[in-house]
Amino acid sequence: MVNSKAKYVEVELEKYSLKPFDRFKRVMKRTFKGELFVGLGIVFREMVRFNIHTTQYPGEKLPISPRYRAIHELLRLLESGNERCIGCGLCEKICISKCIRMDTHLGEDGRKHISEYTINFGRCIFCGYCAEVCPELAIVHGPRYENSSEQRAHFGLKEDMLTPIDVFKKGAQKEYPGFGAPSPDADKRIKKTPLAY
Amino acid sequence: MKEITIFIDGKELKAIENEYILNIARENGIFIPAICYLTRCSPTLACKLCMVEANGKRVYSCNAKAKEGMDIITTTPEIEEERRAILEVYDINHPLQCGVCDKSGECELQNYTLEMGVDVQHYHIADSKKEIEDWGHAKYDPYLCIMCERCVTVCKDMVGDAALKTTPRGTEALDKDWKDKIPKDAFSIWNRINKNIIGRVEENNRCEDCGECIAVCPVGALANSHFQYTSNAWELTKIPATCPHCSAGCLIDYEIKHTDIENSECKIYRVTNDWNYVTLCGAGRFGYENKNSTTKCEKDFLSAMDAFLRADTIRFSSFITNEEALILQRLKEKRGYKLINSDAYNFQKFLEDYSKTSGSSLYSGSKRDIHSSDLIFTIGGAMSNDNPNIRFALNNSGKLNKASIYYSHTYRDKIIQTLSKTTTEIVYKPLKEELVLLLLIDSIVEKSSIPEVISVYLESFKEKRVKTIQKEIKEKVLDEEGKEIEVAKKIDEEVEYVHNTILDELGLAQEFSDELKKDYSSKSSPILIAGSDLYSHKRAENIARLLGFIEKHSNFKVLLIPTSTNTLGVSLICDLDKEAGDYVIGYNDIGDYRLSSLGDGDLDMPALNQQEGTFTTIDKRVVPTNAALPYGGYELNDIAKELGVFSKETIRYTKMLPTKSGFVEALFDELPLEYTNGGVDNRGYELEAKSFEAQNAIDAADISSELEGDIVYKRDPISQFNEFTKSSKLLEAKDGIYCSLEFLEKRSLSSGDLVELEIGKESITHHVYVDDSMDGDIVALSTFQSRKLDHKIFGDGYRYVAAKIKKV
Repeated sequence: MVNSKAKYVEVELEKYSLKPFDRFKRVMKRTFKGELFVGLGIVFREMVRFNIHTTQYPGEKLPISPRYRAIHELLRLLESGNERCIGCGLCEKICISKCIRMDTHLGEDGRKHISEYTINFGRCIFCGYCAEVCPELAIVHGPRYENSSEQRAHFGLKEDMLTPIDVFKKGAQKEYPGFGAPSPDADKRIKKTPLAY
Repeated sequence: MKEITIFIDGKELKAIENEYILNIARENGIFIPAICYLTRCSPTLACKLCMVEANGKRVYSCNAKAKEGMDIITTTPEIEEERRAILEVYDINHPLQCGVCDKSGECELQNYTLEMGVDVQHYHIADSKKEIEDWGHAKYDPYLCIMCERCVTVCKDMVGDAALKTTPRGTEALDKDWKDKIPKDAFSIWNRINKNIIGRVEENNRCEDCGECIAVCPVGALANSHFQYTSNAWELTKIPATCPHCSAGCLIDYEIKHTDIENSECKIYRVTNDWNYVTLCGAGRFGYENKNSTTKCEKDFLSAMDAFLRADTIRFSSFITNEEALILQRLKEKRGYKLINSDAYNFQKFLEDYSKTSGSSLYSGSKRDIHSSDLIFTIGGAMSNDNPNIRFALNNSGKLNKASIYYSHTYRDKIIQTLSKTTTEIVYKPLKEELVLLLLIDSIVEKSSIPEVISVYLESFKEKRVKTIQKEIKEKVLDEEGKEIEVAKKIDEEVEYVHNTILDELGLAQEFSDELKKDYSSKSSPILIAGSDLYSHKRAENIARLLGFIEKHSNFKVLLIPTSTNTLGVSLICDLDKEAGDYVIGYNDIGDYRLSSLGDGDLDMPALNQQEGTFTTIDKRVVPTNAALPYGGYELNDIAKELGVFSKETIRYTKMLPTKSGFVEALFDELPLEYTNGGVDNRGYELEAKSFEAQNAIDAADISSELEGDIVYKRDPISQFNEFTKSSKLLEAKDGIYCSLEFLEKRSLSSGDLVELEIGKESITHHVYVDDSMDGDIVALSTFQSRKLDHKIFGDGYRYVAAKIKKV
C-alpha cells in the first residue's frame, strides 16, 4: 500500500562548490586532517599493549563447530583398525554433485573390499549428504578447511582421507559428533528385533 | 483356445481360457505380487504371495486357471495381512548386509519388504551354521536364500539339466507354538524355509554353466562370481542388444560402467536377461569379453584400400550384421567381387530347394512354436551344442506340454533322453538322413499325396514276412472224471505282416511307424526341426525338398536352424559365389588380407558388441542390436565409402535391405527392442514370407555311400560357437576332441590324452576329452577355436568326415 500522505523530503546538503579552487581546497583539507593519525595512533597503541583480539592465523586457529563440514575423513573401526567403509556405494549414489567414485572388488577373504575411493573436491559442495547416508559412520566431515594445494586432486584419494594407522594406534582418531552421527539418545529410540540366541 | 472374459479388480479383460490368472494380470499391466513364479515354467507355489480372491474364494493366481466370467480381486485387507506376514517370515534371520550385497537395488525381497511396509519383526528362531558354496560361475550363500526355488525350477523346466535340488538344512524344527501365532500360509512357508536349502545334484551333475540360476535368483543368494562386489546394480547402464553368438538371437542387456577411477572408458560388467521370456546359454551370459580396442591408423587403412583394389573375392563369416552384409553385396554390384560364405551359401541353396516343394520362401516354424508344440521331431543337428535355445525349448515343451520328442541323430545324446518322458531316439548313420525323412513321410503323410516315385521306392523296403506269435485259445478237453472243461492254451501261430527294412536300418522296432502315426494323429501342433548337418549334405537338395514336402503335406511346421548368427540374413541379402578367386579378403574369415574383429588381422574391425545393426534370427525376425562399447577404429562402411558405395552410417542400410527377400523398409532407430508384458517377442519385425505354387519334385534317397573308418563330427562344446566366444576368458569349455566314455575305454585312452587325427592327407593332434552326454563311436571335433582348422578339415562341406584316430 502506498501511503498517499508520504512526501519526498529534500535532504539539506552543504552547498557544494564546484569551482576549481574550492575543489582543490577540499582535497587538501581531507588529506591533511588529523584523523589519519588518530587511526595510526590506535594501531600503535594496540601494538605496544600486546593485548590483541586478532587471531594469529595461520599460527592460531579458531575452534570450529562439530557440525562444520570441511574435508572428508574416512574412519577406522575402533576395535580392529580395519576400514569402516564397506563399499555399499550409498555416498556415491546420493552425492548431488557426483564427485564421489569408488572401485570395489572381491577380496581373497571373500569380503567386499574397496580398491580405490576418490572425492573430486573441485566439484564437492560440502553438503554433507555422504556423511549423513553412510550406514557405518565411515565417511565423515573433518575439521580441516584449508584446501590450498598445488593440485586440485590433493586430499581426494583414499589414503589422504583415511585415518593413518599410526594416528589410529595412538588413539587419536576422534569419533564424529556431527552430521549423520547417532543422536545421544539413539539407544532409547531403537526398536529391537527379536533374535532367538 | 477359447477366448473368455474375466474381471480383475473390476476391469474387464479378454483372455484365453485356462491361462493362469497371474499371466493374464501381467499381460494387462495389473500388479500381483509374486516371487516364485517363472512365466514359462510350471508353478511351484513356494511363495504364496500371489494369492487373490477369485469369485470370493482364495486361490493362488500362478496356478489358478481363468474361467469364463471369473471375478478376481487382487487385494483385500486379509490378503494384505497374510502377505505382510509372509514377507516378515522371509525376513527372519535374513542378513542385514544390503550394503555389501550385489543384489541390493534390484532385490525382490528388498522391494517387497518396502512395498508391504515390514518394519518390525515378530518372529524369531536361532540361525544355524551353513556353508557358502562355490558353484563355478555361481556362488551360493544359503544365509541369503529365501527358498523360492526359482533356480531349481528354471534348471528343470527350462534349461533341462536339473542340476539343482532342495536338500535338508539340518536345523531343529520350528516351535509348535508358532503355529497359532502366525497366519497359515506364512507358517507353511517358514516351515519349508526352515527345513531346506538349495544344493547341487551330486551324482552325474550335468550343469552346463549357463548361469540362468543366477539370473532368476530374486535375492543375492546366487551371485555371479565374476561380477561379485565389482559394482552396484544402480550404477550400471543397461544397453539392450541381441546376443551375437548364435542364430537364436536372444535379447540381452549389456550392463556397462566406467572401467575404474582412473579409466573412464566403458566396460561390460555383466550380461543380464529378461528371464521370464528369454533364457540364455553360457555363451550369451559370459561370452561378452570380445571387444576390439583400437584406434585409427591411416597406414593400415591405406594398405586395406590397396588390398581391396587388388582383391577379386571377399570371404566373410556369418557373424555379421544385415547392414554389413548389404554393404558387401553393394560392393559386389559396384566392383564385381565374388562373395564367399560357405555356410550361408549352403543355407541359401537349401532354403531355395525347400521353397520349391513347400511353396513358401521361408520355413514356417519358430522358437515359440517349439515351446507350444506337443510333438517334436528333430533331425540332423546336435541340438544341445548347435543352438542351446532349441534344447531349452525342447525341454520346456517336454516338461510342460508333455510333448513327445523324436530325436534323430547320428549318436545318442544322453541329455536329450531326459528332456521328456516320451523321448524316442533314432540313430542313423551319417549320409542316411534321407531315410529318416522318408520314413517320416511314409508314416504321416496321406498315401494319396505321395508321388509315385517315392511310394514305389518306399514299397521296395517293405517285404511280407511271416512271424510267429503266441496266441491264447480256449480248448475243450475231458478231465479225469470225463467231464468236459474249458482250458486256456497257448499255441504258436504264423501271421503274415509287412516288414519295413528302413526301420531295421535305423535300429527301430517294427511298431515304430504305427506308433509315430498314432502319436502324430493325436497331437495338434507338431514341429519338425532340421539342423545344420543337412545343409552341407551332398544330397542337400533332395533333403530340402523332402522337408518342404512334409511342411506342405502334413501338420508339421518346419524349422530350419540357421548355422550361425546371421546365416539366414546373409543368405537373403547376398548373391553368394561358390568358388573363390585369386586374391581373397577375409572378413573375420581366412584370406590373403584379413579384416578382423579380434584384432589379429591386418585391419581391425569392430566386434559385434561394438556395432549397431540388425540380425535375422531363427524366428525369421529382423532384430536390432546396439553398441555397448565404443570403438575407435575403422569399420567396413569406411572402406565402402572409399570404394564408392556411399552411406553416411552403417545403420542407414537398414531401410535398404532387399524387400524382395521379405525385408521391410524400416528405419533402424524406429525398430522396437523389447518383449511385451505378455511375453510376445516385439523386437524389430518379422520377415514376410512369399508364397508360390509348390511342386512335388521329391526324389528317392541315395544311400549308397558310407563313411569308412572312424567318424569325426564337427561339433563344438556347449557354449562355444566361434573365435569370439573362444576369446572370452570366462567361458571354460576347452577345444579338442570329445568322445563317449566307451570309445575312450575301447581305444584305451584317458581323458586329456593327445591323439592324432588323420583325415585324408591332413593330420592334426588334439587333446581328447570325455563328453558324458555322448554315446557310441562317433567323436566330435571342436572347430570354434580356429576357422582355419574348420576349413582345413571339413572344407566347408559335410559335418562328418572319415578319419583314423591314433594315440600319440
